[in-house]
Amino acid sequence: MGQPVRRAEDVRLVTGQAVYTDDFNLDGQAFGCFLRSPHAHAKILSLDTTAAKGAPGVIGVFTGKDIDAAGDVNDMPCNANIKDLQGNPMYHPPRRPLESERVRFVGDLIAIVVAETHVQARDAVELIEIEYEELPSVVDTAKSIEPDAAQIWPEANGNLCVHFENKDGAEIDAIIQSAPNVAKVDLINNRLIAAPMEPRVAIGDYDSDTGTMILYAPSQGANRMHSTIIQVFPLEPEKIHVISKDTGGGFGVRSKAYAELIILMWTARQMKQPVKWQGDRFESMVSDNHSRDNVTHAELPMDENGRALGLKIETIASVGAYLSEMGPGIPTHNGRRITGTVYKLPEVYQSVHVAFSNTTPTDSYRGAGRPEAAFIMESLMEEAAKVMGMDPIEIRNLNFIPEEDFPYTNSQNLPIDSGKFTETMNMAMERADWDGIDARRAESKKHGKLRGIGLGYFMESSGGRPDEFGRVRMEADGSATILVGTFSHGQGHGTAFRQILHDATGLPFEQMNFIDGGDTAIVPQGRGTGGSRSSQMGGVSILRAAKKVIIKGKVIAAHLLQTGENKVEFASGVYTATDSGASISLSEVAMAAHDSAKLPDGMDQGLDENEHYQREADYNYPNGAHIAEVEIDPETGVIKVDRYSAVDDSGVIINPMLFHGQVHGAIAQGLGQALYEHTVYDDDTGQFLSGSFMDYCMPRASMIPDLNVGSNEVRCTTNDLGVKGAGEGGCCGAPPAVMNAVLDALKDLGVTDLAMPLTPMRVWQAIQAAK
Amino acid sequence: MTTVSMTVNGKEVSGDVEDRTLLVQFIREHLTLTGTHVGCDTSQCGACTIHVNGVSVKSCTMLAVQADGADIKTIESVAKADGTLHPMQAAFQENHGLQCGYCTPGMVMSALDIVRRIPDVDADQVRHELEGNLCRCTGYENIVKSIVAGAKAMQAEG
Amino acid sequence: MYEFKYSKASSVDDAVEKLKASDDGKFIAGGMTLIPTLKQRLASPSDVIDLAGAENLAGISTDGSTVTIGAMTHHADVATSDDVQKAIPALAVLASGIGDPAVRHRGTIGGSIANSDPAADYPAGVLGLNATVVTNEREIAADDFFTDLFETALNEEEIITAVRFPIPDCAGYIKFPNPASGYAIVGVMVAKFGNDVRVAVTGAGASAFRVPEMEAALAANFSADAVADISISADDLNTDIHASAEYRAHLVTVMAKRAVALA
Repeated sequence: MGQPVRRAEDVRLVTGQAVYTDDFNLDGQAFGCFLRSPHAHAKILSLDTTAAKGAPGVIGVFTGKDIDAAGDVNDMPCNANIKDLQGNPMYHPPRRPLESERVRFVGDLIAIVVAETHVQARDAVELIEIEYEELPSVVDTAKSIEPDAAQIWPEANGNLCVHFENKDGAEIDAIIQSAPNVAKVDLINNRLIAAPMEPRVAIGDYDSDTGTMILYAPSQGANRMHSTIIQVFPLEPEKIHVISKDTGGGFGVRSKAYAELIILMWTARQMKQPVKWQGDRFESMVSDNHSRDNVTHAELPMDENGRALGLKIETIASVGAYLSEMGPGIPTHNGRRITGTVYKLPEVYQSVHVAFSNTTPTDSYRGAGRPEAAFIMESLMEEAAKVMGMDPIEIRNLNFIPEEDFPYTNSQNLPIDSGKFTETMNMAMERADWDGIDARRAESKKHGKLRGIGLGYFMESSGGRPDEFGRVRMEADGSATILVGTFSHGQGHGTAFRQILHDATGLPFEQMNFIDGGDTAIVPQGRGTGGSRSSQMGGVSILRAAKKVIIKGKVIAAHLLQTGENKVEFASGVYTATDSGASISLSEVAMAAHDSAKLPDGMDQGLDENEHYQREADYNYPNGAHIAEVEIDPETGVIKVDRYSAVDDSGVIINPMLFHGQVHGAIAQGLGQALYEHTVYDDDTGQFLSGSFMDYCMPRASMIPDLNVGSNEVRCTTNDLGVKGAGEGGCCGAPPAVMNAVLDALKDLGVTDLAMPLTPMRVWQAIQAAK
Repeated sequence: MTTVSMTVNGKEVSGDVEDRTLLVQFIREHLTLTGTHVGCDTSQCGACTIHVNGVSVKSCTMLAVQADGADIKTIESVAKADGTLHPMQAAFQENHGLQCGYCTPGMVMSALDIVRRIPDVDADQVRHELEGNLCRCTGYENIVKSIVAGAKAMQAEG
Repeated sequence: MYEFKYSKASSVDDAVEKLKASDDGKFIAGGMTLIPTLKQRLASPSDVIDLAGAENLAGISTDGSTVTIGAMTHHADVATSDDVQKAIPALAVLASGIGDPAVRHRGTIGGSIANSDPAADYPAGVLGLNATVVTNEREIAADDFFTDLFETALNEEEIITAVRFPIPDCAGYIKFPNPASGYAIVGVMVAKFGNDVRVAVTGAGASAFRVPEMEAALAANFSADAVADISISADDLNTDIHASAEYRAHLVTVMAKRAVALA
């Protein structure tokens, strides 16, 4: 542990030998193509599939009516059950895999055409005759809850899914009333599209002999998908088999059992043959869950010294047209639990109006609620500094939870185990040469450019699903096989977990095999990967299973060394008898364990230990300071991120190379949110205007600066490894760092109000408006 | 249907294709060389990058029929026959220039073309040259490092 | 994409014959625009006729006062050509900024200008440098070539064979790119030919256009200051989610200044 071990898994990937789901085909496989709604909101007046059915190569066309008539498919589930303060449940609209009466967002699913080739299916989709009656639509989040907005669900008055409040607001209002100072901000957290590089693809299959429904699809854990799919097809667990091969990026959007996957499984069962869907990038853009999309008003009352007396947040959060699996939980549970982030806040009130609109449903995407929480706090801190006439660093130091307060129970009753915020911030500031900004600012000014520097301090809550499965199975050849219920889709778990096992057992890497949660028939247990839970959950499960192996191995070693167990010591992969000095390696013990002749009487063969790890603490609290330095061309509004520095506290680091990789990737996505990525729906027609990379701006190498990343390893006290999540912090730290840097650069021009993404046009317009 | 013939990774191949078949489809489906990937609809992501007659080309933006008679190299031709990694591939592994791996074949093929044109390429140039290659996992930091290191290793090899 | 019949033309005449024989055929040059269009199912030609094999359509030559670029010459070759870099460096800069390296290996000047994409770079280059578009039927002056959105003066069966650029005293090209697509939100080519100056803009309007007021000002005083206070009207300029017409109008002035500074 702690070493930058190179990934053995890279060899397959870098030579083109990886197997992603579109890289293989099954015997007898047919191809499916979807008909999707071109309208934001419409009634389906008529639907005639006759012509499509008769097209060349077509072997089946299925609509919502077919699925409903079969009567064997439940509604798409939502597992985040959010209530209001009075205990009233949220409105959970019915969502069928294929809609037959009404469509509610551009991309909503209507039918599937199955043909012998992909292109035959694609051609035939255009032959489906369908008549729509377009209805008024609403796509803007703030407008969606206004009284005159187009109504989407008759049962959800004002497009309200639920009005969540963490408590009554009377106390915070009283505090704000009497506070000597109040900082106020109005913020937009822009809607994002995750866009992993592998588009959507899946194969549904059916084993008639066993009645098993099979799904091949990239995911963030086959077990995780299984647990959702079984809510839609209520079968015995072994009658649903999910296999995820190499997966081209997840980021939170790949962990959901989307309607397309359900339809493919159902269709395969109907037709008794495999059916593959090769989604194109447009389909990915329109049907992968979107994310963020919050409109927030927040207030921070302070005493005469700038110390916060409380926090009030009022958010309108868009869930889209339907509820995705976790959608309404993101702003109300995921983000809310870390509200206030690193600051000491005596009283916190948070209200979230969870609202429907005629847009793609939202759900988790790297950070899932925590970037929103960080953005609010860091914007408030900057505003608070202005209100108080204080330095932004000074006011943060004043309000940070001090080291001596840990473990600290935050306003949402979460026990935060550790954190050294001032120290971490200082490390970042040094890395960024924070104090040298004035000289650099003057230099930029000489060239007609405006330079600014900004800080984003984040804390996020990583983990979730606080149980996991790990197993270490010693093989007859002396090697070890790690089995774990997390699922690596780019993170390099195979390497990181081998490092953990190596440290625990002394076994060399070449003698280790790694199987994770990519096949429910092989690793049925576990919760997959997401929320940066893999090292803290999967890693610890493996560590504990390894320790069990060593303990059992000691019994065998003692037997083989002909001495008492209490005279055997284990170190660096070897059991040594303290009396005779004789030794035997763990590998040799493993080999012997497969030979009953070598084992003590009555002992079963094998050396194979499981750990079902359940942890009390739901989360741990990665945190960090991100500093962006920008240079703006006031003539065009173009922002160049000239420098970017960060120091993250991810607890103990297993592999610094992997850690840096995760931080880089998260920062890039955070920079994307802040500067480039803009999910656009036309306000009048509800048309989706971000269906390709021509319009949705993906960060490219020339747009990301060198990332100067360091770490402050503050050991996590709530797990054996001392690790905290590492994968999502950058998404939380980068947007406020950039926003604060840009506002710093433009402050002399009187610009105080900007919304992400900070496109050149927006910056230029703000400069003009301030003139 | 048209019969196309070309040299792919040193081997003569041919197949019957619909005229509308993209070169990437021919490579992936007819030749089952699945190392070349499709990542977008608009010729931007670069996951499909191969070499045609010695230069980098986006195989999703070429018809198979246009490649009749061409000399094609895909990612599968880059490592040695015995599995030894090409210095550029080794550099990607050494510098953690990949995570999920989906963009990686395209990155390697583009990298080799960059080095062909700019043997002593530096980091800033690499960032500029990767205009047509998208990655969502790495934030590009280590990809840039890998390509600069790979270029140096290739120079050293001569 | 929809089905079509593909054929390779052996010569320009052969290409014209094939087009005549088709129901609704289209020529393909590099394919960097046509193939994405076909993939999106935005066009369904009956035939696709490939000009890649037609003789004598690629290559760069110079006679000292002009540079002639064959219609099928790839952007990468224009960008790295010694002749172009020496005679009209701004044209090499323009070509080097089109798309990305892989796109530049395939895309062609003929294909680009025949399409008259409002956001392509070459239209500003051709118009700004007062080039002559040479076809199999005639020669067309740049001023007459770009007529409207995706429209040119080309006849149905007319094929561009080359573009002939007079060598200016100096020229500068700069593009303000759409950050997502890389296409020009505004691209300006400024070129000085003796006492005359030409200023051509792409990306801002339906097709490339000149700015007479700026040309006159620069003819009198060839410096960035000369155009700093000249703004064009936002009427008739493009508006999309990336840039409003007003912003484009503003950028035209800024980019014109910078193009002059580069010249």
